[in-house]
Amino acid sequence: MGADWGYAPAPESADHFKLKDHYGLFIGGKFVPAVSGKRFKTINPANEKVIAEVADGGEKDVDKAVKTARAAYDKVWRKLSGRERGKYLYRIARIIQERSRELAVVESMDGGKPIRESRDVDIPLAAAHFFYHAGWADKLGYAFPGKSVSPIGVAGQIIPWNFPLLMVAWKVAPALACGNTVVLKPAETTPLTALLFAEICQEAGLPEGVFSLVTGAGATGAALVNHPGLNKVAFTGSTEVGKLIQKSLAGRGTKLTLELGGKAAHIIFEDATIDQAVEGIINGIYFNQGHVCCAGSRLLVQESVEEEVVTKLKARMETLMVGDPLDKNTDIGAINSKAQCDRIRDYLKIGEEEGAELFQTQCSVPEKGYWIRPSFFTKVAQSHRIVQEEIFGPVLAIQSFRTLNEALEKANNTPYGLSGGVWTDKGAKIFKVTRGIRAGVIWANTFNKFDPTSPFGGYKESGYGREGGRHGLRPYVELS
Amino acid sequence: MSTISTLSSRFNIPSHPVDEVGIKERVARLATRSIKKFSKVEGLKLALSMVDLTTLEGADTPGRVRQLCTKAIHLHSGRSDLPMVAAVCVYPTMVRVAREALKGTPIKVAAVATAFPSGMNPLAVKLEDTRYAVGEGAHEIDMVISRGDFLRGDYARVADEIAEVKKACGKAHLKVILETGELGTLDRVRLASDIAMEAGADFIKTSTGKIQPAATPEVVLVMLQAISDFFRKTGKKIGMKPAGGIANAKAALNLLVMVREVLGPAWLNPDLFRIGASKLPNDILMQLEKERTGVYQGGDYFSND
Repeated sequence: MGADWGYAPAPESADHFKLKDHYGLFIGGKFVPAVSGKRFKTINPANEKVIAEVADGGEKDVDKAVKTARAAYDKVWRKLSGRERGKYLYRIARIIQERSRELAVVESMDGGKPIRESRDVDIPLAAAHFFYHAGWADKLGYAFPGKSVSPIGVAGQIIPWNFPLLMVAWKVAPALACGNTVVLKPAETTPLTALLFAEICQEAGLPEGVFSLVTGAGATGAALVNHPGLNKVAFTGSTEVGKLIQKSLAGRGTKLTLELGGKAAHIIFEDATIDQAVEGIINGIYFNQGHVCCAGSRLLVQESVEEEVVTKLKARMETLMVGDPLDKNTDIGAINSKAQCDRIRDYLKIGEEEGAELFQTQCSVPEKGYWIRPSFFTKVAQSHRIVQEEIFGPVLAIQSFRTLNEALEKANNTPYGLSGGVWTDKGAKIFKVTRGIRAGVIWANTFNKFDPTSPFGGYKESGYGREGGRHGLRPYVELS
Repeated sequence: MSTISTLSSRFNIPSHPVDEVGIKERVARLATRSIKKFSKVEGLKLALSMVDLTTLEGADTPGRVRQLCTKAIHLHSGRSDLPMVAAVCVYPTMVRVAREALKGTPIKVAAVATAFPSGMNPLAVKLEDTRYAVGEGAHEIDMVISRGDFLRGDYARVADEIAEVKKACGKAHLKVILETGELGTLDRVRLASDIAMEAGADFIKTSTGKIQPAATPEVVLVMLQAISDFFRKTGKKIGMKPAGGIANAKAALNLLVMVREVLGPAWLNPDLFRIGASKLPNDILMQLEKERTGVYQGGDYFSND
């Protein structure tokens, strides 16, 4: 009787709200069609069904948005006291909380992430970012003691598809808190929660033009970056695109922050709490289908516990439930897009061709939609592409090490430097490792923990500039 | 005996370190599993079949024990689709009464022994206590470890005592109660679990029910992980029995989720998983009746035994 006891489907309902058939661009406080009249479809990656059509913004739309943002900056937002700006941010934060269920469901529908994560991580953190920065709005002088603080102007922001609404919050909240206005371009596969966010700005009565949204694909992003009216560009996404943006901004005097890829080392020492470390590995690489720039995608295990860790990891992975993102019991949802799914499949093939050994869980996956079973490679070498390159999927590369120095050497031997993790029961070892790894964020005895008060950002090809905390205000202010 | 002493001399804290923050996080994640519809009904019936229906009061009478045994066989009038509970758990002097009342059923009789609940008696008395209960017909013995010895760091003595009680049990199954509420840290819970299993426990059990906190999800998770490691190492499946404070259906379902995801479905049967409880069955019955009829019924429609 007990052996086959399992969980019945527990789908979160999607009938408590209604999405529109199509959405316009959000410019000057109003939804407007693209000048070209063009639209693109956004689909649910879990069933390949079209959810809505979204305006495809072009150069003219971007130009309009930037000019409105400039006007709003000059006439309204920069003149407003910090306390007044803070009120709007608090209001936005509260409306995000009020509409959290709707936002969570839409986030899971549009992006494929499990409702457990959008409900418990993405949406609450997005609200927290607005609350946190609302608090800073009238206290900027305390953030930078002895300096006179002023905003920088109009910010163009481009965000990725892995945490659509959360990235809106990371970008928009500090910019507005510091007195800047914003033109944002969300990723083309996940524009819906950003559009709902635009509705929230309307609902909050945010002055027209302070926040504008131009949806579209890479060309729209390029139009935004190349617009001469920007004082600041903030980009989160691939290293490849980040480099292009840096080139196009060269010599223009436009400030830039980049939050790019990563290939984090997750180091497990033999004296670690193994069961919890295994849980940390799961959170590190299979959280959000591995679509996380700071994912712990390289596992470094001390050789004496390698077998134990791998055995336990396999057992734990078999309990991961892959499937309908709206099911409350789903652990791993759909891969965000067909393109990304193909890319991950390519890497799985590359890994095997390079001679690594692939393990994938046995779970069944739905027929429609884009799915990758939780996977890892053993017998990998430092020179393998699956160790060097960011896969951005639920694929882990496992290596072993003997000494602490060897672990550090392997951990740092990467073009990236965004995050890292260490598991040991010894406090001194934690400090030694965290000082030894060149990465912006390092977690000890946990992984993938985020908080608005904690700065986030990278070294090397993982970009520069910080988001969150007092450090995250710096890119959005002029100090004198 | 000497082999056990040598064996146990290697025990120390932490045997396998446990991170409390990590355990809490895992517990919280396991608690988000949504158990609805048929899996709820099936799960609740499964939980009923795993209950060690318990009465451990100074005021217990033969009549009361008989009444409890009747409930164990027949949980709710008008429902023939319910399982019997796994066992009835009583003090040694009530074993004979329970055996008599349960004659002809597969329900086991478990007796608490070894100077339950404190364990504050010499080994000879504990062994005699155990032999008496077995002699009266107990199928299972629920012993307590000597927390005094354990907290003092005399792990060898704790292990030896368990091994001796195991011998005194003969064919009876031995459940070792760690009384986790008195151990203080999860590291100690883990160590006590390891010692009990190495020394011959068939089951490890959280609590006597006389001390709070008792079977917290954190403690249960740590013990389940210890069982999993022991199985990996030895191939032996040790049973688990949370007891104390498990009073509602939701907590019971949550326990099943933990067992399923930590140890696997092979442990989801009364031979390897028990829930020590007195009030739990009625709450489960209430939920099952709600699933059947669509409405909740008042407490007076369920027998208190």
